[in-house]
Amino acid sequence: MSLTQADIDREIAERRAAAVPGDHPARDYAPYRSTLLRHPKQPPVAVTDPEAAELTGPVFGVTDVTALDNDLTRQHAGEPLGERITVRGRVTDRHGRPVRGQLVEIWQANASGRYPHQRDDHPAPLDPNFTGVGRCLTGDDGEYAFTTIKPGAYPWRNHVNAWRPAHIHFSLFGTAFAQRLVTQMYFPGDPLFPYDPILQSVTDDRARQRLVAAYEHGLSVPEWSLGYRWDIVLDGPAATWTEEGR
Amino acid sequence: MTPPAPASNRDRSAEGRGTGPTPSQTVGPFYGYALPFPGGGDLAPAGAPDAITVHGRVRDGAGDAVPDALLEFWQADPAGNLAGAPGSLRRDPVTGAVMGRNGVDFTGFGRVATDADGHWALRTLPPGNGHISVCVFARGLLHHLFTRVYLAHDPFLDTLPADRGRTLLAEREREGVYRFDIHLQGEKETVFLDFG
Ligand SMILES: [Fe+3]
Repeated sequence: MSLTQADIDREIAERRAAAVPGDHPARDYAPYRSTLLRHPKQPPVAVTDPEAAELTGPVFGVTDVTALDNDLTRQHAGEPLGERITVRGRVTDRHGRPVRGQLVEIWQANASGRYPHQRDDHPAPLDPNFTGVGRCLTGDDGEYAFTTIKPGAYPWRNHVNAWRPAHIHFSLFGTAFAQRLVTQMYFPGDPLFPYDPILQSVTDDRARQRLVAAYEHGLSVPEWSLGYRWDIVLDGPAATWTEEGR
Repeated sequence: MTPPAPASNRDRSAEGRGTGPTPSQTVGPFYGYALPFPGGGDLAPAGAPDAITVHGRVRDGAGDAVPDALLEFWQADPAGNLAGAPGSLRRDPVTGAVMGRNGVDFTGFGRVATDADGHWALRTLPPGNGHISVCVFARGLLHHLFTRVYLAHDPFLDTLPADRGRTLLAEREREGVYRFDIHLQGEKETVFLDFG
């Protein structure tokens, strides 16, 4: 029995029709088949202790990153293949306060849609000049910036003819462990959006839009790169404070 | 006639997206060359005499090992301080590659990917407040999960739904070695926590 795109489309539509408003995807989201055995069935237990350890978090410093970590096009002897882009944005907490000095990590496929990972057997070429890993610390206004190449779409085996829209994986820290976020940034206008159960797991239309970067012509660098802006808002406990200088 | 001014991409997109938090997405299967780092599970400074090992497996609802989970740990030092320590990674001065921790500072932060058996291990110092916070990421998990490893009984465990508190209590296997399995689903499902 092979699962078709039409089967998945139907399930996506059902889940969207039944959706309760919310910013994050439900962990129980059957159109993404790997969720079936990996979502807890018991509700999470609320912890309201103002002294909870999770209201603090790890700290990072300037020597945890190097100056080249945020330029994925300069990590090898030659230039990577693909369309050079810069991605910039601000990281804020849900009160709009900048998240300063925190670690941002990204990883992505190359321009052909291939990861340098032994489990990625998509028959697309590896690029000897591109690994696809970047890191930086946010600045005083919560800003981050990466130079990279636009990743390609790639197939996966959720169902027959399943393709992931082009995306960059992002990992973010706030000032509290409870603000931790791992997510994916998408590119505007990708025709694969409606078919992808991972993006569609965010059933709230406005929340899902927040995963899509904006092309911003003013961020493009003449004769060099196309510019995208993607701002990130960390969720987290209402009690979270921001210590100056962190 | 003057052409209409081009609409700013940023303004147009702002209308449809609201102002809430950025949604979570799965870490996927391919984070392995990006997030784990050498020594990510070695929080205890080199040669620390009071170091402990906490280890276990991550299992799914069928009881099978989860070979593509990533666990992060955050904990107090033995005195109960949650200050962490910045700038403790050593970077290769020529290539910039992460070479591991400096072996001196206690950062309180650990990161370990499960192996093909779903197994993970952490070498750390006993937390002064009795527990280690855990954040679980995995392929198939659209939003991470928080839990805690308690090394000894704690009143917090009594506040949890009947019988489930013991899922957060590590089993002492021998002096300095504790076992803690994480069940994402099923009869032995681990208690996961929500900080609001
Ligand atoms: Fe991916």
